[in-house]
Amino acid sequence: MRRPRRLTTMVVASLSLLGLAACGSDDDPAVTPDTTGDGGNAAPQHAAGTTMAELQSAGSMTIGVKFDLPGFGLRNPTTGEVEGFDVEIGKLMAAAVFGGTADEAGEKVKFVEAISANREPFLENGQVDLVISTYTINDARKQRVGFAGPYFVARQDIMVKASDTSINSVEDLNGKNVCTVRGSTSEKNVRAQAPQANVTLFDLYSQCAEALGDGRVAAVSTDNTILAGLVQARAAQGGDPFKLVEAPFSDEPYGIGLAKGDEAFRTFLNDRLEEIFANGEWAEAFESTLGQLGLRTPEPPTVDRYSDVAAAPTTTTTAAPTASSVP
Amino acid sequence: MRTTVALTVLSFTVALVFGTAVAAGRVSPVRPLRWAGALWVEIVRNTPLSVLMVMFFFGFTKFGVIYPAFTSAVIVLSAYTSAFVAEAVRAGINTVAGGQAEAARALGLTFGQTLREVVLPQAFRSVVGPLGGLFIALIKNSSLASLLSVVDLTEAANRLTTDTAQPVPVFLGAAGAYLLLTFPSGAVIAAIERRVAIKR
Repeated sequence: MRRPRRLTTMVVASLSLLGLAACGSDDDPAVTPDTTGDGGNAAPQHAAGTTMAELQSAGSMTIGVKFDLPGFGLRNPTTGEVEGFDVEIGKLMAAAVFGGTADEAGEKVKFVEAISANREPFLENGQVDLVISTYTINDARKQRVGFAGPYFVARQDIMVKASDTSINSVEDLNGKNVCTVRGSTSEKNVRAQAPQANVTLFDLYSQCAEALGDGRVAAVSTDNTILAGLVQARAAQGGDPFKLVEAPFSDEPYGIGLAKGDEAFRTFLNDRLEEIFANGEWAEAFESTLGQLGLRTPEPPTVDRYSDVAAAPTTTTTAAPTASSVP
Repeated sequence: MRTTVALTVLSFTVALVFGTAVAAGRVSPVRPLRWAGALWVEIVRNTPLSVLMVMFFFGFTKFGVIYPAFTSAVIVLSAYTSAFVAEAVRAGINTVAGGQAEAARALGLTFGQTLREVVLPQAFRSVVGPLGGLFIALIKNSSLASLLSVVDLTEAANRLTTDTAQPVPVFLGAAGAYLLLTFPSGAVIAAIERRVAIKR
């Protein structure tokens, strides 16, 4: 019978085409001579078996960032690209893995959205290689993921409507409705420092900003850099303006999240961070993103090379889905 | 836990009343009512509940519709469930023998009276099963109130996970708590069904 044979031939032909295409994209970037790399990042050699070597031979990596935070990770609706300080740090890390300039290496990075509550599950599942998503380093999280950095230290502050003068410090939040994002250190800090505050939790900071504008909450509290972005977004949008109370409490060191236990990769990233702190690339990234929000470029922080803590005593490696993802 | 029960009971009550009204509209001789009813059912049934929640809470503020979180959750859950209630009740109405309605007309009863005194009491006896299923579904759907930061069972579990960084035991506990609500409800519904079942 002729028809089945023709079908089989077509299937075999298309499969082999796919195979050839896949082989073609495996061209080892390390083979391509690249003399225009800055800071000696041309075609780096990585020790075999390390995550860096695996990523380099795969030719791409996935980084989880925020998609809705001005200054850190904001998806540009016209170009479809994500822009911000976290994105730039991601590109700088990629440049050390793949070689080339930050922008060239950035082409090899797939940026996906990592909302606050998903950051640990994504790293535990291997859905992303890195998380650079205003990710505050703390001991509880160190039980589930690893951290390189910090690459920035923010401080927690409070945002209110510009016309509101009743809230001037974190204690004033007691008895008021405060909004922050579920699963963030901001939530913990507010509950710790203003125990009588009525905490409303959403998945996204943009939802908190909307709630403030609608009068559902009296204040939004999170890192001052995130708030600065929200203030600016509100100014562009129209409606009652917001302002920062400027009563900062707590330090928020942002780190690069990676899979727990990957010490070689963590050391690699920490080395690269110290490099960009020293050679001006970090300051450049800051100026082009957060600097545009009116924030002054600070001194780069000091990298914390902690020794790994023991994992939390759970034997399962599957992450529970966040409840809000149930349709 | 209390919030989940409150959400479920309140929403189901409203949904029952409103859904029956919609079902009545759909079998009424008034054509605009039939169309409105059909439109309501089709749109609400075919939109995901999570989308309805977020749209009502965040989106409708642009139209000046602002309700607090718990009220909004009840409104959305009632609306969503009412569409399914309407369909179930309509099916029940259709099982009541046509002769009943005709006999009622012959006796001079109006449409409203026919419905209330003759048709609906008989329809509800066959609808208890499906309505019970909707009640159990509502217990589970109430978890979406957590999207609006209503502190129900699911949101409590979310917050506990943030504090303890142990999602698996916390959410297993939450699942267990929901089972504690659904299993007994199922048993009660089955008992009611047996008692009102039409002996054929």
